[in-house]
Amino acid sequence: MSIQTLIAEEQPEHFAFDKASEKEIKKAISKYPEGRQASAVKSLLYIAQKQNDNWIPVKAIEEIAKRLDMAEMRVLEVASFYSMFNLKPVGKYYLQACGTTPCMLRGSDDVMRCIKDKLDISSGETSACGKFSLLEVECLGACVNAPILQVNDDFYEDLDYQATKDLLEALEADSPPDVGSVMGRQGSEAEGGATTLKAAKRSGKKK
Amino acid sequence: MPKLTVDGIEVEVEDGATVLQACEEAGAEIPRFCYHERLSIAGNCRMCLVDMERAPKPVASCAMPAGDGMVISTKSERVKKAREGVMEFLLVNHPLDCPICDQGGECDLQDQAMGYGHDASRYGENKRAVSEKHMGPLIKTVMTRCIHCTRCVRFSTEVAGVADLGAIGRGEGVEITTYLEKTLASELSANVIDLCPVGALTSRPYAFVARPWELNKVESIDVSDAMGANIRIDARGNQVLRVLPRLNEDINEEWISDKARYAIDGLRRQRLDKPYLRGEDGRLHPVSWDDAFAAIAGRMKKTKADKMAAIAGDQIDAEAMFALKSLFEKVGSPHIDCRQDGAKLTAKNRSSYIFNTTIAGIDEADAIVIIGSNPRIEAPVMNARIRRRYLNAQIPIAHIGPELDLTYPVENLGDDMAVLEALASGKHPFAKQLKKAKKPMVIVGMGALRRADGSAVMALCHQLAEGVGMVTADWNGFNVLHHAAARVAGLDLGFVPGKGGKDVQGILSAATKGEMDFVWLLGADELDTDMLAKPFVVYQGHHGDKGAQCADVVLPGAAWAEKDGLYVNFEGRVQMARRAAFPPGDAREDWAILRAFSETINKTLSFDSLNELRKQMVAEVPVFAKLDEIQPAKWAKFGRTAKVKSEPVEAGLDEFYMTSAISRASETMAECYQANQAGKSAIAAE
Repeated sequence: MSIQTLIAEEQPEHFAFDKASEKEIKKAISKYPEGRQASAVKSLLYIAQKQNDNWIPVKAIEEIAKRLDMAEMRVLEVASFYSMFNLKPVGKYYLQACGTTPCMLRGSDDVMRCIKDKLDISSGETSACGKFSLLEVECLGACVNAPILQVNDDFYEDLDYQATKDLLEALEADSPPDVGSVMGRQGSEAEGGATTLKAAKRSGKKK
Repeated sequence: MPKLTVDGIEVEVEDGATVLQACEEAGAEIPRFCYHERLSIAGNCRMCLVDMERAPKPVASCAMPAGDGMVISTKSERVKKAREGVMEFLLVNHPLDCPICDQGGECDLQDQAMGYGHDASRYGENKRAVSEKHMGPLIKTVMTRCIHCTRCVRFSTEVAGVADLGAIGRGEGVEITTYLEKTLASELSANVIDLCPVGALTSRPYAFVARPWELNKVESIDVSDAMGANIRIDARGNQVLRVLPRLNEDINEEWISDKARYAIDGLRRQRLDKPYLRGEDGRLHPVSWDDAFAAIAGRMKKTKADKMAAIAGDQIDAEAMFALKSLFEKVGSPHIDCRQDGAKLTAKNRSSYIFNTTIAGIDEADAIVIIGSNPRIEAPVMNARIRRRYLNAQIPIAHIGPELDLTYPVENLGDDMAVLEALASGKHPFAKQLKKAKKPMVIVGMGALRRADGSAVMALCHQLAEGVGMVTADWNGFNVLHHAAARVAGLDLGFVPGKGGKDVQGILSAATKGEMDFVWLLGADELDTDMLAKPFVVYQGHHGDKGAQCADVVLPGAAWAEKDGLYVNFEGRVQMARRAAFPPGDAREDWAILRAFSETINKTLSFDSLNELRKQMVAEVPVFAKLDEIQPAKWAKFGRTAKVKSEPVEAGLDEFYMTSAISRASETMAECYQANQAGKSAIAAE
């Protein structure tokens, strides 16, 4: 991984945080004591990434370095450390498929195969239409509803080949379905519905 | 002070010491890659594992603070096995390319693999390959060899103050690189080559040139600036191949500037190796020593003593200046000067022209004002010390002169000398901070002293020093920062105009008016040589630089690495530079040339050997008797009170890489200059 493969070849000339981001930045920096504002670097990178279609240009890194009084290199180090930060443009729908053991046992390979069949992309690639990017990630922390596919900020759970296909088609048509379990289970309850505490009133909204 | 037992030996170490330091105290050798005394502790190579009683597993001694009652074992079977394990992991991704690696023979990994490595690898997979990184003209990278000790990252961030180096990625994907692969913009950048424990960062100009065991090593002194950094010159045959720093805690610690390290290829180019005489056709022709001497002697005979002058250059050893001064004393001319840049310093009072605080004294300073100097390029290693002092104690530092990036925060007080007047009279707000400080310092550079009102500046500095109590029994905060290695020795020797003598400006302006008929330039190139069109010019030196171009007779001398010579650094410390090679062709040592010439005009100098010369020099100037020692100077009044001029204050130097005949002849320095200019214009374009 040289710097050329790490960051995007085509970089925007300018980067400026918008109003919403500025508000978030203020909040993020205020969490840390005076003189420790560099601690907010991850938050700022995340804010920049959110604002800029899910990727961080070099100019944003430089802007963040200036704001937090850090060396540019230090910000780049952080940005390159986390796989959650994209230093290259990604598609409108950034798919993160979990392939860790529980998801794998529950059929994440089918999810990956479906994505490959449908979009012809592997981990780290962007589809020809430019709308989808895929990254195979480690545990997304929702093992009870495995397998998981994260689309931008949302989790789609309990996927299989067909469900993944339906999901991708819906995304292609820009009408994302409801987030959560595709088989309609509530929270992390058992597949066949609740088995205990049946008498207790549900606090959550039923789908 | 904790007491602990290492391998059965009880040692007592200072508070805050690490187990590694305690082990060294006890005489146990601890292998390490990431740990370095002068850098922060990273603890990431794990090579320094030791056994600690009651600890469930071996601990990294570099990152473990020494505690009272600890029982450490460095030789147990478990320690050996643990280190062998670490070594095996380090070698998993390290290429087996020692035969083509420049670090071979002086590689920490190679050495330690002898102690802790296996004879064969158990790793059958493909090794990781890493692309090379661009780090500028000095540093060659073979990043596959990198073991990620992060010494280079810590050095550039902490010592050099240029946080351009870093580690991108994580885990097995970590790579060391500069930010977007820019040139490492530091005057101390090449020190990372010494720090690198493997062959990942090696010297680009020295790539594939020699093996360490082929080299003759000579302990010498650097003359690229006036700090007198201690260096080791490595030569093979008659070629100086590289310069490395030598440890001296009081001067350069273990760093040297890039110019000190890499200007040496200039020693091979544009050398004067024969005497030359300007013929009827206006061109220089090679002649014999006798003919050259005869031409000079003939001219000198025709010239009145009052119309002869001598100017000494910036990198001349004390012996040569003493010989030239003695010669001109015999001839009877008072027009001699060593202050090429026209600094208004006098030779009378030693405390008025040296760095009284000493370099080590910076570690105690608690307020600094810098006037007309850019220490970052005039003495980069000293600047790193000021930076360290700032990092340790956040002392206030102010600067009178242009806006500069000195790698630590500096309050710019403007570039008007009136600020100094306000400081001296105590009216300026910063004067209060200086007054409040127990050990304040003022550093005056040549940018302030070479001005026409230089002696008024000196007087103001004196007033400031007295006013804020900079001079006490155990502290002298007045400092002059020279950037010419020869200057302090020249002033010590009194190589300044005698009674009724002219200084450099006087000599040059007299020369343009035709009132000076004969000028002897001893390695003096930093002059406006256009003004020397009329007189008969003798240039004695080692490079075909500006001085030789305007000369009528050229006498080839030895460069600093080709002779034993005394230099006095800006602290007033006398040090000896030693010969690492022989001068090319017919070139001779400067003192010997002057001694031989004195005979041809029947003014024979009264020494026949370098030892005799030194004896006489010491008799005249006792400072030279003590080598390597600081000799405190008595505080006395200096400067002449006058109104200062309003012209802006400049820094002493505004360019780092090409400042002397040797560095101007160096290809490496030219490349650095270009890279630096490109970097500057890229910043300006933004």
